[in-house]
Amino acid sequence: MIRYLEKIGSNTIWLLEDLGRMGSFLVFGLGGVFKRPFRFSAMIRQVRLIGANSFWVIFFVAGFTGMVLGLQGYYTLRKFGSEGALGSAVSLSLLRELGPVLTALMVTGRAGSAMCAEIGIMRNSEQLDALECMAIDPFRYLITPKFLATLISVPILTVFFNCVGIFGGYLAGCGLLGVNPGAYWSGMEQSVVNQDINMGIIKSFVFALVIVWVCAGRGYFVHVIRGAGFGAEAVSKVTTQAVVLSSVAILIWDYLLTAILL
Amino acid sequence: MSQAVIQFKDVVKSFGQQTILDRVNLTINSGNTTVIAGPSGQGKSVTMKLILGLLRPDSGQILVDGQDISRMRGKALNEIRTKFGVLFQGSALLDSLTVFANVALPLEERTRLGREEIRTRVLATLAQLGLTGHEDKYPAQLSGGMRKRVGLARALMLQPEIMLFDEPTTGLDPEKSLEIYQLFLETQKKFGYTSIIVSHDIPKIFNLADQVILVNKGKFNTFASPEDIQQSELPEIQAFVQSTMGKVYLSREME
Repeated sequence: MIRYLEKIGSNTIWLLEDLGRMGSFLVFGLGGVFKRPFRFSAMIRQVRLIGANSFWVIFFVAGFTGMVLGLQGYYTLRKFGSEGALGSAVSLSLLRELGPVLTALMVTGRAGSAMCAEIGIMRNSEQLDALECMAIDPFRYLITPKFLATLISVPILTVFFNCVGIFGGYLAGCGLLGVNPGAYWSGMEQSVVNQDINMGIIKSFVFALVIVWVCAGRGYFVHVIRGAGFGAEAVSKVTTQAVVLSSVAILIWDYLLTAILL
Repeated sequence: MSQAVIQFKDVVKSFGQQTILDRVNLTINSGNTTVIAGPSGQGKSVTMKLILGLLRPDSGQILVDGQDISRMRGKALNEIRTKFGVLFQGSALLDSLTVFANVALPLEERTRLGREEIRTRVLATLAQLGLTGHEDKYPAQLSGGMRKRVGLARALMLQPEIMLFDEPTTGLDPEKSLEIYQLFLETQKKFGYTSIIVSHDIPKIFNLADQVILVNKGKFNTFASPEDIQQSELPEIQAFVQSTMGKVYLSREME
């Protein structure tokens, strides 16, 4: 009994410590923006790695998501005789929900895991200590460019996802199933309002922050995470953990934001 | 008499239940070479991290040039850190950057030198350490000994007053170790830095030292020469001497 209590106690303390660590990580990560010299070229490089290199993944995921939405939407809407509403169904579900969420999940899997592993390996091989010893702030040098690059890339990718997805829906609905193209576009035009677009964009910013915070943060603290072990194994476990945590956090925030913004 | 650059005053450091350093005192004088030795897990690396401000002591003071760094943070600590150069055990080169970029890093980030000036200085230092022609390679493409040399080059770029060497010869064969010691002597003569060497390489390393510190059960035992250690009366020290320098000790006895 006492052993259980001890375990609960020590786990709680560790959890609080971890929250504190992650909290300060977020503050320092964002605070690095105000430290000079600002590493603009490093940020651009990260935008390329996180954003531009995700182009084709996002393109295919978005295209097929849109097409599936077109198919599913068509069969459902036909039951009510309202195939004409396909455009609004596809575009609203993409703009408000699927665009930001799927983009964030893809970026987590592609760039978040890479980020976590990279920083984790740097931590394990004393590269981060080396930076500190050379009086180079690891946040300014390494972490902040990743924060900014993710915050820039994810919203842009989300917008791109939405556009490609809507065309995918058009292709499936109008190209293959014979929905009237005019009805598709005008349905979209009539039902989508500014608030829908804003909601998607706000979500994508929050998700971007979640991704970089969780993934970079887990990697940064790879040496103190409980139960992760050491060396290469620790990096692999923590990377898995980061992807899972970040994905779950994205879905939780999605619910919360939808509830707040709706 | 030379001046004290680093001083520990009653420093205590513990992790959880385990006390690593227990009220230790230490003085390192300018221009001297201090070797920190002792069995693994006794706090050699912790001592080094304390000196660099990567860890903070639980109590006590750590003075670098008379300034207490144990409560310092941010800018002030960074200012102090520019006095230090560090050669890490695993060299700790940034492995996604080339040799050139690694060595140039401190200049690019810490100074306002122009690109040309940085290039000249980096190439000159690389040449001094016998690394000409390797500047476009990545750390993974280099041998252990070469990586150490790149690490040394990087540490020397900002002309540090104090150099710390963490196990500089671990994992190198005897010939390469000798080469590193040679480089150490040359660069120290040239740059005149104070050096602190954490090492297992006993008894060879003692030839370089002005003072030797044995870390043992949370205490520092300071000795002025290798002979002092061998003649120590403390049982733990004797045990350590037996296990690491056994032969030297015994031959002395036989004489």
